[in-house]
Amino acid sequence: MLENYLPIIVFIFLGIAFGVGLTLVGYLLGPSKPDEEKNSQFECGFPAFEDSRMHFNVRYYLVAILFILFDLEVAFFIPWAVVQSKLGWFGFIGMSVFLLLLVVGFIFEWKKGALEWE
Amino acid sequence: MWQGFVDFVYQYVPWFDGGLAVVLIILIKGVALILPLIIMMAYMTYAERKVIGYMQLRIGPNRVGPIGLLQPFADVFKLMFKEIIFPTKANVYLFVLAPILAFVPAIAIWAVIPLGQDFYITNLDISLLYVLAIGSVGIYGIILAGWASNSKYPLLGALRSASLLVSYEIVVGFVAVTVVMAASSVNLNEIVSSQSGGIWNWYWIPLFPMMIVFWISALAETNRAPFDVVEGESEIMGGTHVEYSGMCFALFFMAEYINMIMMAALAVLMFFGGWHSPFEGVPYLQEFFAFVPDIMWLLGKMSFFLFLYLWIRATFPRYRYDQIMRLCWKVFLPLTIAWIMVVALMTQLHLGPWF
Repeated sequence: MLENYLPIIVFIFLGIAFGVGLTLVGYLLGPSKPDEEKNSQFECGFPAFEDSRMHFNVRYYLVAILFILFDLEVAFFIPWAVVQSKLGWFGFIGMSVFLLLLVVGFIFEWKKGALEWE
Repeated sequence: MWQGFVDFVYQYVPWFDGGLAVVLIILIKGVALILPLIIMMAYMTYAERKVIGYMQLRIGPNRVGPIGLLQPFADVFKLMFKEIIFPTKANVYLFVLAPILAFVPAIAIWAVIPLGQDFYITNLDISLLYVLAIGSVGIYGIILAGWASNSKYPLLGALRSASLLVSYEIVVGFVAVTVVMAASSVNLNEIVSSQSGGIWNWYWIPLFPMMIVFWISALAETNRAPFDVVEGESEIMGGTHVEYSGMCFALFFMAEYINMIMMAALAVLMFFGGWHSPFEGVPYLQEFFAFVPDIMWLLGKMSFFLFLYLWIRATFPRYRYDQIMRLCWKVFLPLTIAWIMVVALMTQLHLGPWF
């Protein structure tokens, strides 16, 4: 049972090996001639106006919060989805109530304008 | 053949115990899967340039090798000999870590993707869940790249891509729920075997809207045109990739293309019957195509979807960012939630050959 999961660890190590290996190959084979202009941050050919640790729109943060909610819903749905054909109408009605609560929350955030990007 | 190899090793290398042999075999299998995958990814870039070239009435790459067939290798060697630039303001450790973090999940997903009836590395009971879970780890690579570069455009690109990817992640999750409902299993092998019996038994018919939604979300998840605002040449100059060069950039590129191939494989496994022949149950045709190995069907269907990426890229203009978010949250999300109820109803009524 648990040995089914061994290939995953092996694959993660293989991925790390390939990633680190390719980076090393590029680092060793490529030239290294740093100069001030080349290593400065990219800003269309002139010195940067301001620090890049700048303010950004709060909507990105809002999307992240909504993502957590909905992704949890998906996580709740999957166990039900596996057995729902065996649960019959009981499972169907039970999950409908759950889905209804989710939809009410969804309509609320829609009306509140959390999904607007102007 | 593997057994023979293992027996041979046991016989002549006495200190070689069972556990190590198992790991070694998985390692060999893994390399035997990943190397063709990387070559496939390299030729995907060639196909992209060639196909889009012809669609735009150009001829595409044709200098390196016959009809440009060695172009991907030329690109790889060129990238290898390019300098990796470390911007002075960047956080160097995170800067180097980011492409590796994007690359590792792209490889790790392939441990569970079944390519044929008996052609898989491991047969997990939760393989679809694993694909969804580790697929979202790749987002960290892009966020980290944007943050560690300490430059304006990468940060903007990272923010955009992070919220775009998490939004479409939800839609992909809900689509996966409908497939799991239809198949009553989270195991990709079982999802495919429950679709056996010809083209009419595949899930693309009962889940047709979900198939369309999944494919559009797959385009967004892999940052492909028309949803490639992460790179957005005309707006943010290449997004998170701006400060990357040489092999560090190549890793991002490879991760993106390997994810594209993975999404095509996933679409085939979930909606198009995986390795099943479309002629199962059809008299004459079934016998006629019986000699084709099952992996060839899978690869054939995958190549159609890989071609679709290029076709769509050559056809559609880039979406505006607010339109992408509206499409996800106001069109796809209500549609998928509604379709979950439809599929639940269809399952309760035991509709057709599918449920």
